Amino acid sequence: MTAPGNVAGVQKLTGLFRKQIFIPIAALLVLIIFNLIADPSFFEITYAQNSAGEPVLSGYLITILDNASELAILAIGMTLVTAASGGQDISVGAAIAISGSVVLRVLCGDNPRPEEMQASILTAFLISCLVSMLFGAFNGTLVAYFNIQPMIATLILYTAGRSIAAWINNNRLPIISDPAFGYFGTFMPGIPVPTPIFIAIICMIITALVLKFTTLGLYTQAVGINPNSAKLNGINPSLIKFITYVIMGLCVAVAGFIKVTRFSTINYSVVALDIEMDAILAVALGGNALSGGKFSMASSILGAYVIQFLTTTLFKFNVSSSALPAYKAVVVIVLVVLSAPTVREKAGKVWRSIRSAKAGKEAA
Amino acid sequence: MKKVLFSLLVLILSVTAVFASGAAEAGAEDDGGLIRVGIINNDPNESGYRTANDADLKRVFNEENGYDASFFYSLRNDEQIAAAQTFVQDEVDYLLLSAAGTAGWDSVLQDAQNAGIYVILFDRTVDADPSLYVAEVVSDTNLQGQTAVDWLASQNLDEYNIIHIQGVMGSSAQIGRTGALNEMVANNDNWNLVTQQTAEWNAETAQQIVQSVIDAGTPFNVIYAENDDMARGAVAALDRANISHGVDGDVIIMGFDCNKWALEELLAGRWNYDGQANPFQADTIDGIIRNLENGIEPESKTIYLVEQGFDAATITQEDVDKYGI
Amino acid sequence: MQKDSVLEMRGISKSFYSVKALQNVDFTLREGEIHALMGENGAGKSTLIKVLTGVYQKDGGEVFLKGHEGPVSIKSPEEAQKAGISTVYQEITLCPNLTVAENMYIGRTSGVITKWREMNAGAAKMLESLGIPAKAEQQLGTCSIAVQQMVAIARAVDMECRVLILDEPTSSLDESEVAKLFRLMLDLKARGVGIIFVTHFLDQVYEVCDRITVLRDGKLVGEYAIENLPRVELVSKMLGKELNDLSEIKGSGDGVGSDEVIYEADRLSSVAAKSPFDFTIHKGEVNGFTGLLGSGRSECVRAIFGADKVTGGKVMMDGKPVHISHPRDAMKHGIGYLPEDRKRDGIIGDLSVRENIILALQVLEGFFGPISRAKAEKFADEYIKLLEIKTASTETPVKSLSGGNQQKVILARWLLTNPQYLILDEPTRGIDIGTKIEIQKLVLKLAGEGKSVTFISSEIDEMLRTCSRLVVMRDGKAVGELKGDELTQNKIMSTIAGGEK
Repeated sequence: MTAPGNVAGVQKLTGLFRKQIFIPIAALLVLIIFNLIADPSFFEITYAQNSAGEPVLSGYLITILDNASELAILAIGMTLVTAASGGQDISVGAAIAISGSVVLRVLCGDNPRPEEMQASILTAFLISCLVSMLFGAFNGTLVAYFNIQPMIATLILYTAGRSIAAWINNNRLPIISDPAFGYFGTFMPGIPVPTPIFIAIICMIITALVLKFTTLGLYTQAVGINPNSAKLNGINPSLIKFITYVIMGLCVAVAGFIKVTRFSTINYSVVALDIEMDAILAVALGGNALSGGKFSMASSILGAYVIQFLTTTLFKFNVSSSALPAYKAVVVIVLVVLSAPTVREKAGKVWRSIRSAKAGKEAA
Repeated sequence: MKKVLFSLLVLILSVTAVFASGAAEAGAEDDGGLIRVGIINNDPNESGYRTANDADLKRVFNEENGYDASFFYSLRNDEQIAAAQTFVQDEVDYLLLSAAGTAGWDSVLQDAQNAGIYVILFDRTVDADPSLYVAEVVSDTNLQGQTAVDWLASQNLDEYNIIHIQGVMGSSAQIGRTGALNEMVANNDNWNLVTQQTAEWNAETAQQIVQSVIDAGTPFNVIYAENDDMARGAVAALDRANISHGVDGDVIIMGFDCNKWALEELLAGRWNYDGQANPFQADTIDGIIRNLENGIEPESKTIYLVEQGFDAATITQEDVDKYGI
Repeated sequence: MQKDSVLEMRGISKSFYSVKALQNVDFTLREGEIHALMGENGAGKSTLIKVLTGVYQKDGGEVFLKGHEGPVSIKSPEEAQKAGISTVYQEITLCPNLTVAENMYIGRTSGVITKWREMNAGAAKMLESLGIPAKAEQQLGTCSIAVQQMVAIARAVDMECRVLILDEPTSSLDESEVAKLFRLMLDLKARGVGIIFVTHFLDQVYEVCDRITVLRDGKLVGEYAIENLPRVELVSKMLGKELNDLSEIKGSGDGVGSDEVIYEADRLSSVAAKSPFDFTIHKGEVNGFTGLLGSGRSECVRAIFGADKVTGGKVMMDGKPVHISHPRDAMKHGIGYLPEDRKRDGIIGDLSVRENIILALQVLEGFFGPISRAKAEKFADEYIKLLEIKTASTETPVKSLSGGNQQKVILARWLLTNPQYLILDEPTRGIDIGTKIEIQKLVLKLAGEGKSVTFISSEIDEMLRTCSRLVVMRDGKAVGELKGDELTQNKIMSTIAGGEK
């Protein structure tokens, strides 16, 4: 017979298999173990000075945390959009180009190479938030009030966004020379941790607070699962869908702000290119159904870090350029298949039967 | 049903909006002795290179210079082909074409030829019989790469440990700029590739690639980035690790495209080399057209633009102003 | 296998995680019989049928089919169909966006080419022979639930099955439609088809069935010939206890209410309830809307709740004019609404029992007033206990509960908001007899506490037991109001039929 503690353990593990967050955690663990075996120096973090004489931390882990920031922030918005509308916003990359362009336009005015910034960074950021939320509202209106499929609705901005971004700055590429602007995308003076990490953490905290102190989570899930029921319980499904797209717009603004502050400039055609696909992937890796409904925010965010971990690992192992997409695709396929709810259910079952078979043997 | 109709409507509206930007400028009827040209180009927002290219074309092909020019922009081959068809129907005198994709152009170019329209390809070539166009004005990306690699060889380093950051794989710029370097590395024992990866023209990805090499502790002394943005990303990673670069630095920085800001980096000594990808094709095309008007066919079908490389040691402010895009 | 049986199931067992849904159950179906499978919610009826049709894989036991040597193994619904076992489920499992004919032939056409003309003609013939009021080319979703159900039956019948399973087919049919279905069942029986009939309606069991198998808590109670099992005994076998006379739950004077008017509608209309109607309900009163399916009774209560766009009329609550244009308005004024179609409009399937229970209260508390986890758990536990909801935990997704328990969850949701006026549209549909009585008792208890209730049911005797006043609907109009001595089966029937003219 198995000891009671053992049985409880089995149940807990079985439960974990069915928990959504299991997959991104497992994926992270696999990546960590793989790197540990291949080269433990992967986890080294060094403390040194950068060329400006400021102290900075560096190492693969820092790179991962730093570069995953935008994706993690976008995963928040994408999770809500997916949950409520049962579809994805594919205009995210183009919208980032717009929001970044707005920041630069406000700071530069008409001169693409200003000696001094024409407005405070905060003003520029707030204006870009406003613009991004307006574009989010545009997407949201099409989806929520005109019932257009999210991918079709956001296709419009996806197609036009980068041209709009370029138009905002009259096709010029502004560059901000004031180092203070770059602090947000690199390091604050004296602080050795990259600023985007802090920004991402702040966003996560705000999200956690919003989910805790409002009913946004319950409403979006209810609307995503059964809009009829939600409506009969006094929820306005269209409004909730609309709101998620506006929130997505806000996430885009923050991510866009990080993007332009990394290099104090922008390239309309490549900035955040294809990032929408990674954001959708983060949601899927988190085990969330892309058809909407129940979601786990933590899993999505973790999914974003898994993607960056994978990218950095592939860079580290010097996978050749032509093979890189293939490697990524294989890993992604495995992860997505594993994170499918049916597979998780099966995995739990297999695990249980293995345990009970073992227990049976021990008893015999 | 309503929903479907509505989404169709929105789609149609958005598509027409995209078209309108190009089509609105087309269709002028009265020529009054002007040479009518239809110009099909990629979206000027695509890159700084394209913006400069478009501005250069507009500088030359206007009424002051005796042209009645219509512009069409798209990054999509099929839309470009449709626009070419329209230009042929409008019976323009010349069709100038920078194709988004190489395939599918035969029949429309044949139509143009039948209608007596001269076709001049610029910047990008197509997969069609050369008899279907009178000239192609293009960059020799192989030469761009060769010029850069020759310059690097002239630095006479004892050992070349190169981080090679590639553009989007398969693009002509990537193939040309990679080719010369690969050949050099294969033929010389003191030339090594520390890493060779694509950052897809993206500064941030380039930064991550270089960061990865730094974190691994592998020594290197050259960064060969296939465009300026990626070189900038690479430099950001070096700055973060306090590795000196540029003139008198530990690492040689090489970029391409000659963006104005990049040439300024050169001028300031923070980078070492920038190779030109010449977007200024309008004067050459103008010359070809003037000759054709006088009955002179160009001597060779393929006309390469003059493209140079700039060295931080010799670059001047005039160069920056003249060649920066 | 016995000579005359078409199907035998021996020692069937099935567990879900730690719950034993079926334990060593036997079941025998003979040629040309209608065999009722009875039991309370959670007794294992649905599980047994899903094992038989290959939806679930059995953990133990054997299945024998006539014409097959030895035990057969059915691994999927397709295999079941090939073996001649057809099923019509309680919830409609057809595709609403396909046509009626397509639904009847889906998955049955061989080869890639579909012969549309033949298919439509065949479907039309079938529909006509069964008297189903639908066109072959009509989109299924545009038909009423009853018609959709009948199409599902037509589909099953058309597949020339030897074993036909009807899982609660009558719960959405009115009496004339039920009669039509019964004629069809008797016809099939005469042709030697074995029919397994799962239902909660005792009357129907005694009307058409030859034999009854009773399950309780996943175990077999017994198999009985119909003539050997009086109703009371059947009910007590299902419940495992003796039951008071079913009709005696209403004491005299219950649910009549006071003179105080809670809600009053004057020429109210909505996009669904097109013809304006007047309606009044008093404090502590239980009233009912009755009428045939499609008579407009649901549309009326939906208009009261603001569920459809209101197009006209005045509403007074507690003597003051109020404006109700959205469910939320109604909720704020203390109205609760349990919808007719719990799967489509009621439950939020993937959310937990807890979240489903607190949902309406949460909406009332507002966007910025989320109910704390601890409080929500407390509410959920309280109502799970009060309504005896059978669920593994408060965290269980509500969709994995049985139909009756889902209904109780929605009931709990509205009770939690403490409404002064509760509208229950078919709360007992597809629910076992024990739960039905519990709900009826609860309604009267609520009325006793001074709440007003509107109760809608297809079963007239249920309405008679609970309501003190009945509004009779026909063709979208209120055609009569019955109370007191008028509340008899005959009177209601004649009013529904238009006999008072």
